[in-house]
Amino acid sequence: MLATIGVASLEDLVAHLPASVRYTGRLPISDGKSEYEILDHFRKLGKLNAGLQASFLGAGVYRHYRPVVVDTIVSRGEFLTSYTPYQAEISQGTLTAIFEFQTMICQLTGMDVANASMYDASTAVPEAAMMAARATGRPGVVVARNVHPEYREVLRTYARFQGMPVEEFGFHAAEGRADLEELARKITKETAAVIVQSPNFFGIIEDIKQTAALAHEKGALLIVVFAEAVALGLVEPPRDADIVAGELQSFAIPPSYGGPFAGVIACKEKFIRQIPGRLAGETKDKDGRRAFCLTLATREQHIRREKATSNICTNQALVALMATVFMSVYGKQGLRELATQNLSKAHYLSAKLKNRFSGPFFNEFVADAGARDVADINRALERKEIIGGLPLGGFYPELKSAVLLCCTEMTRREDMDRVAEAFA
Amino acid sequence: MYPENYRYTKEHEWVHVEAGAATIGITDHAQKELSDIVYVELPKLGAVVEQGKPFAVVESVKAASDIFAPVSGEVVAVNDALTNAPETLNADPHSAGWIAKIRLSAPEEIDRLLSPSDYQTYLGAE
Amino acid sequence: MSVKPIGVKKVRQQPSQNEQLLFEISSPGKIGYQLPALDVPAVDPKSVLGAANARESIEDFPEVSEVDAIRHFTRLSTWNYAIDLGLYPLGSCTMKYNPRVNEAAARIDGLAWAHPYQPDALSQGAMEVVAELERCLLAITGMDAVTLQPAAGAHGEFTGILLIRAYLESLGNPRKKILIPDSAHGTNPGSAHMAGYTVENIASNARGMLDTDMLARAVTGDVAALMVTNPNTLGVFEHQIAEVAAILHDKGALLYMDGANMNALVGVSRPGDFGVDVMHLNLHKTFSTPHGGGGPGGGPVAVKTILEPFLPMPRLKRVGGQLAWNYDLPQSIGRVRAYYGNFGVLVRALAYIMAHGGNGLKRATLDAVLNANYIRKLIEPYYEIDYNEPSMHECVFGDSQQRKFGVDTSAIAKRLIDYGFHPYTVSFPLIVHGALMIEPTETESKRELDLFADALISIAQEIEEDPEFVRQAPHSTRTSRVDEVTAARKPIVRWRR
Repeated sequence: MLATIGVASLEDLVAHLPASVRYTGRLPISDGKSEYEILDHFRKLGKLNAGLQASFLGAGVYRHYRPVVVDTIVSRGEFLTSYTPYQAEISQGTLTAIFEFQTMICQLTGMDVANASMYDASTAVPEAAMMAARATGRPGVVVARNVHPEYREVLRTYARFQGMPVEEFGFHAAEGRADLEELARKITKETAAVIVQSPNFFGIIEDIKQTAALAHEKGALLIVVFAEAVALGLVEPPRDADIVAGELQSFAIPPSYGGPFAGVIACKEKFIRQIPGRLAGETKDKDGRRAFCLTLATREQHIRREKATSNICTNQALVALMATVFMSVYGKQGLRELATQNLSKAHYLSAKLKNRFSGPFFNEFVADAGARDVADINRALERKEIIGGLPLGGFYPELKSAVLLCCTEMTRREDMDRVAEAFA
Repeated sequence: MYPENYRYTKEHEWVHVEAGAATIGITDHAQKELSDIVYVELPKLGAVVEQGKPFAVVESVKAASDIFAPVSGEVVAVNDALTNAPETLNADPHSAGWIAKIRLSAPEEIDRLLSPSDYQTYLGAE
Repeated sequence: MSVKPIGVKKVRQQPSQNEQLLFEISSPGKIGYQLPALDVPAVDPKSVLGAANARESIEDFPEVSEVDAIRHFTRLSTWNYAIDLGLYPLGSCTMKYNPRVNEAAARIDGLAWAHPYQPDALSQGAMEVVAELERCLLAITGMDAVTLQPAAGAHGEFTGILLIRAYLESLGNPRKKILIPDSAHGTNPGSAHMAGYTVENIASNARGMLDTDMLARAVTGDVAALMVTNPNTLGVFEHQIAEVAAILHDKGALLYMDGANMNALVGVSRPGDFGVDVMHLNLHKTFSTPHGGGGPGGGPVAVKTILEPFLPMPRLKRVGGQLAWNYDLPQSIGRVRAYYGNFGVLVRALAYIMAHGGNGLKRATLDAVLNANYIRKLIEPYYEIDYNEPSMHECVFGDSQQRKFGVDTSAIAKRLIDYGFHPYTVSFPLIVHGALMIEPTETESKRELDLFADALISIAQEIEEDPEFVRQAPHSTRTSRVDEVTAARKPIVRWRR
């Protein structure tokens, strides 16, 4: 090969680089390792982590059982090692799966259109806000304080240089639901969208109908966020929302220390040209057979550059495929049964603890530790191989004695009983 | 091909003035260059547009092209039929494929536009 | 469905299983899941959620068995092309082989099941992964500090431009414009715009490179930064990159580098040494994490010391022997993503780096350059090369020879499919008319490269003999040319009963 090219050595191939920019050192990275050594290294690191103890952490990342078939499918090289399906004729597998994904997200959320994925919910939220600003011609958003705190932080980072004022409104102290009276005061002619999460960060179901009415009355859109997708198996979808921005981690995506997950944006038909990210659409091939292709690409950065609906290019396709396979095997009945188990377990534990809020909740709730130190409770649980709930004082100074606890189908009754004892 | 009573721009728009209002569209040359048109982003009724500034967008599968207002004025009509049948722009660009009507605020701008023969000379040179 | 026999070495046949949509193979009552028996009393959803909040059913949601699901997705998978099937020469995408050990590493229980809100003391293993990858990426780029939070390249660009903005603002003036060469990826202007800047395009010179004279005129007090890809999208190293940096720095502007083409530089040249102030890396390109049909990726952003105070929070710090997340960063731009980034992708990238070691990484770079130059040499007699500069990891041809016969780059791309290859990147960069942008990567063998070159040469001959046949390609795929126009005119983006 060197002879064909006409050079004497590999180094000659880069000899044309100016000497001043050549790196002549030796990269300070130790010599190549074998497979065994690499896996051994990561196994050791894995053991330094908490491992597979029981855990009551939720707060946007949920421990749900991952059916074995999910990894079987996503490990197929044809899905794992393919690129974005721009060449439709040899990408029908990915395109068809995306079309099915979009359809199932619409069925779950009550929306008409869903995109092929966003990085995660935390970035889907600001993208949805920008979408609302474009659609309404108004600059600002009003977001509930019981939307995931980290989603709100990301929203502020995105909004900061786009001339997008981000106003927050509080939650009802007793119910834990968004304070709609405060919201009504905060929506103005400059409000592009109201943003609420349901179930919210405290696990409580919001009143979407009434929130939508408030927003629409003043010409603003309603963006509904979800972090716990399993809730959609049992909770009425946010049909009155204009845009839904969600997280699909619960659908067979491992917690993986926070990523990769799969976010999604869904919306009503009339906003289809404002949606960011890729969309697969149905069409026909030259011979009249059903086929799929990426469509409405003029929204995207590779065509419209700085005027695009978003800069997103790489998304979370393979992770969205995990969710697609998960939704397929659980299906209509399974998702409902799964959600019922989650609901039942959380209510079993909550009945044994003092609840901070009274609003209806799904699989997470806020327990009040009263005079007890929440850190003490969690340390005591750690000694029993249990990771306790999330102390809320860090995100909400007014909730210093509160702990957010999550129960899923993987939570065992005896561990819940131990948590109840630790709070006693 | 290029109607005698229309005026043209180097950005490949046409203008047909009748009784103080100008009907605007894209030329046959433009539609061929853009190939299959899949979407037209129409201006809003009542919008005030300025000569030479973008006021509509025409999209093909792999391109989005700004349409520049050939004259200044207020948008008094838009061709809603294009929303559901953008292919009209390919089939009949000089008539049924009109995009918008503008009430002229500076009628003298018309004089700066190209005649059909000047436009075709320009196409030949381009 | 015939392939003309003229000189065709058909590498592989596209399989063609038939399969309907999930919703069409669904039948009521079928299930594909098992749940353990509930060990607590079941609650009635209506009574605990309130009747208005309880959902009746998920209308038209699929109902299939596990076997149905496995067969469905396996059949769909056979309609895809993939690296595992052969060369995937997409320029600028770095479609290299994805080692499977990376997948195994990311699935280790202690890592895959780690919750981001586990106390730091119970997350030391995950944090060590982050720390170790940070150290490696700094060594490779020659930069001073790095964040692994951005989820993909475009996300990294956005983060990088925010850092520039925050830095300039701290000096009193964020400035207004970002300069971007006309050969840049579309994400660059998209990202600059999202960070509140206007974009000014800079024309490339006759050699397809940055023109320092033109740049010197363009860099005014309004310019915040230049975003440059190096090697650029022609696969050419910007020889005057150090001068470019000096021009910007003289006027108080910064140099951003899009690291999409870092596969040409690892171990050979470090952006930190040629004046780059901030750059992103694409872990799913240079560091072999799989593209997965479009994602996930990883877009770490590396910076010089001046930008470090502004990096997204939290950042890792070592206190005694323990790692901890530090939120006390008053000048930080804030979070760009929840938690700590696409951690599972970070594990894979680190596994790749460990497998290669320092010397192996450099060797991979040289092999990537070797493969690109080899292909270039073989097909140069048949296709036009507009910018005759030395190629790094990719080479870009134009279709001017073939257009004489009425065949353009997109038809050549489709015809390549008949030969069993995925096409190259089509019509990009925009500064080459009808571009064929080819990046073979280092993981391809001489045999595969020869087959690919043979295919392109054979197509060049076909075009002279029967251009119409090439224009109608592909001829051998399960799905023939797809009608993208109808898809865009009347969008159908979900199945309905």
